[in-house]
Amino acid sequence: MKKSYKIEVDCANCANLMEEAARKTAGVQAATVNFMTQKMIVEFEEGQAPAGVMQNVVKACKKVEPDCEIYL
Amino acid sequence: MQELIVNILLVVVALLAAVLQGIGSKPDSGMTKKQKVMLWRILGATVLLLALQVLGAPAFAALGAAGRWVRLACYLVDYWIIGHDILRKAYKGIRNGQVFDENFLMAVATLGALALAIYENGDYLESIAVMLFYQVGEWFQSYAVGKSRRNISDLMDIRPDYANIERDGKLEKVDPDEVPIGSVIVVQPGEKVPIDGDVVEGSSTLNTAALTGESLPREVGTGDAIISGCINMTGVLKIRTTKEFGESTVSKILDLVENASSRKSKSEDFISRFARIYTPAVCYAALALAILPPLVLWFGLGQSPAWETWVYRALTFLVASCPCALVISIPLSFFAGIGGASKAGVLVKGSNYLETLSQTRIVVFDKTGTLTQGVFEVNGIHHSAMENAKLVEYAALAESASSHPISKNLQKAYGKEIDRSRVSDIQEISGNGVVAKVDGHTVAAGNDKLMKRLGIDYINCHSVGTIIHMAIDGRYAGHIVISDVVKPTSQAAIQALKNAGVRRTVMLTGDAKRVADQVASELGVDQVYSQLLPADKVAQVEKLLAGKHGKEKLAFVGDGINDAPVLGRADIGIAMGAMGSDAAIEAADVVLMDDDPLKISKAIKISRKCLGIVYQNIVVAIGVKLLCLVLIALGFANMWLAVFADVGVMILAVLNAIRALFVRNL
Repeated sequence: MKKSYKIEVDCANCANLMEEAARKTAGVQAATVNFMTQKMIVEFEEGQAPAGVMQNVVKACKKVEPDCEIYL
Repeated sequence: MQELIVNILLVVVALLAAVLQGIGSKPDSGMTKKQKVMLWRILGATVLLLALQVLGAPAFAALGAAGRWVRLACYLVDYWIIGHDILRKAYKGIRNGQVFDENFLMAVATLGALALAIYENGDYLESIAVMLFYQVGEWFQSYAVGKSRRNISDLMDIRPDYANIERDGKLEKVDPDEVPIGSVIVVQPGEKVPIDGDVVEGSSTLNTAALTGESLPREVGTGDAIISGCINMTGVLKIRTTKEFGESTVSKILDLVENASSRKSKSEDFISRFARIYTPAVCYAALALAILPPLVLWFGLGQSPAWETWVYRALTFLVASCPCALVISIPLSFFAGIGGASKAGVLVKGSNYLETLSQTRIVVFDKTGTLTQGVFEVNGIHHSAMENAKLVEYAALAESASSHPISKNLQKAYGKEIDRSRVSDIQEISGNGVVAKVDGHTVAAGNDKLMKRLGIDYINCHSVGTIIHMAIDGRYAGHIVISDVVKPTSQAAIQALKNAGVRRTVMLTGDAKRVADQVASELGVDQVYSQLLPADKVAQVEKLLAGKHGKEKLAFVGDGINDAPVLGRADIGIAMGAMGSDAAIEAADVVLMDDDPLKISKAIKISRKCLGIVYQNIVVAIGVKLLCLVLIALGFANMWLAVFADVGVMILAVLNAIRALFVRNL
């Protein structure tokens, strides 16, 4: 399943870091952060509940870029 | 002297911050809350720094021994105001194992300079000012990028805000998402068509510029299908929706363009890989710069180690090294390029495809629907014994009862209402044609078999297509050629591609060799392969793919109908005439919104311009950076130059990136 979330991030490099962090989160199959449209597209592994996985994604992203915002 | 310049700069920064704060208080400024807070901090820190500068060291000296520490405290407060978030982020970065980022660089550089200043009870100004200017640069970067991001998005914004639904005789504005299939919506002049549908009432002219980039108006009337995203120009239209908003053309296009920059190009990958290696490398280089030369001087040459000089140079080195200009401008260039292309009616599904497009050297075309109209029309009348129009009129009337496509083509060429009362005794001879009485004359219209059957001498035609021989009252009256018509811009399109550096143009078709050869020689296509089944087309493209050299890419252009496998197999698939065809939008990497093959060369030129800008930015940003780093290491530049090099290059790169948006004159 694929879902798109609105995000707020200031620098392009931080967006890259967030993308990497999201990809490494358990339950995430693939993730793309689009800095230009301020969107994060997450593809979840089968049988994973997006809400739970996203909590961890937010945590991981906050770790690499404390200033970022992900609107669930 | 330097102090005067710095003071003037500080005044300028303070004024600028105040003015920007004023602009930011307007509701449509687009400044985020974060940016406004940062502006206040910049303003506060600048004013305090200026005050401390004007007071100067002597004022504190009057306080006696404590003066030195009071002065230090004042500067530290200022440093905290402007730099506390950087310190916090650097600390968090270290704790989370993300040591080497720009926050870390800035924190180390300014804290180092501060420590040197405390040690010497000297110039605190430099450390704080560097932090201040870095923050100013960051602020402009975030503002400029945010602003250009919004500008580009606005340009591409064809999203309709509402749909009008008539309830109890009154128009009501509703969210287009909430309109079910089969509802009747009203579109007034000047409004966007929000959802795909059929016109049930009214007629009007539509402006399709937002979709195709051409402002050629299109007439619609009752019964016509209409696609969302067009602007209604003249009359009120009532439309019965045939799709939900989410499935409508406008939503699909928006979705596609918005997600396009998520597919990253090789250049973008290169930059993110580069940034990952670059920052740690610079940190180690700075460390080496701080330690190695003094040690060499000390032990190797027996001179004084001059630790302060080398530590200072190392810190400056760190300030100058920030990779922001690169990291920001490359995706922005692609984003602007994709935005510019979509303004011209060319949808590119990703930055990577823009990159591939720019390397295209072989273009393979499908014939029908791509280079030709794909619609059969009366294309010639030969050996006519009467006026051409009269002959077509007889043919149309004779064939009027037939449901054969040919009869429709004839009726279209005739262009007037068919008066059935003029026709009688219609006799259809299957596989041959029709014999009928029109205005009292016996008219025979059909192929050569019909003529043979009726025993009439006919003249064979050299043209390609369907030939309708005509005989009136038993005498041969000429023949009408019905064939596929080459698009008016096809020839120019092939020429434009050659001018744009395309090495080879190839045409593939399922049609007969004679037809294919004629079209190819008319258009100037280099190679033709005819009588191909869809599977043969894939095989042929594979052969061509095997025959290309080096980095060159092969593009396949089709109309999206039944050539999806080939579109997928080519390096880049271009579908044309996507207005209303979902298949094309799905299958291709690049979608041309209208039928014009000239757009192919335009798309290639747009991609070249965009990639050119990307390379310029990469070269200039890395070049200037390296130059500064060398100058700093050799001691020819100080921290001021470092900050200006960083911010200046970034702003230049962002401005350059915006150029990719302007594609009209390509």
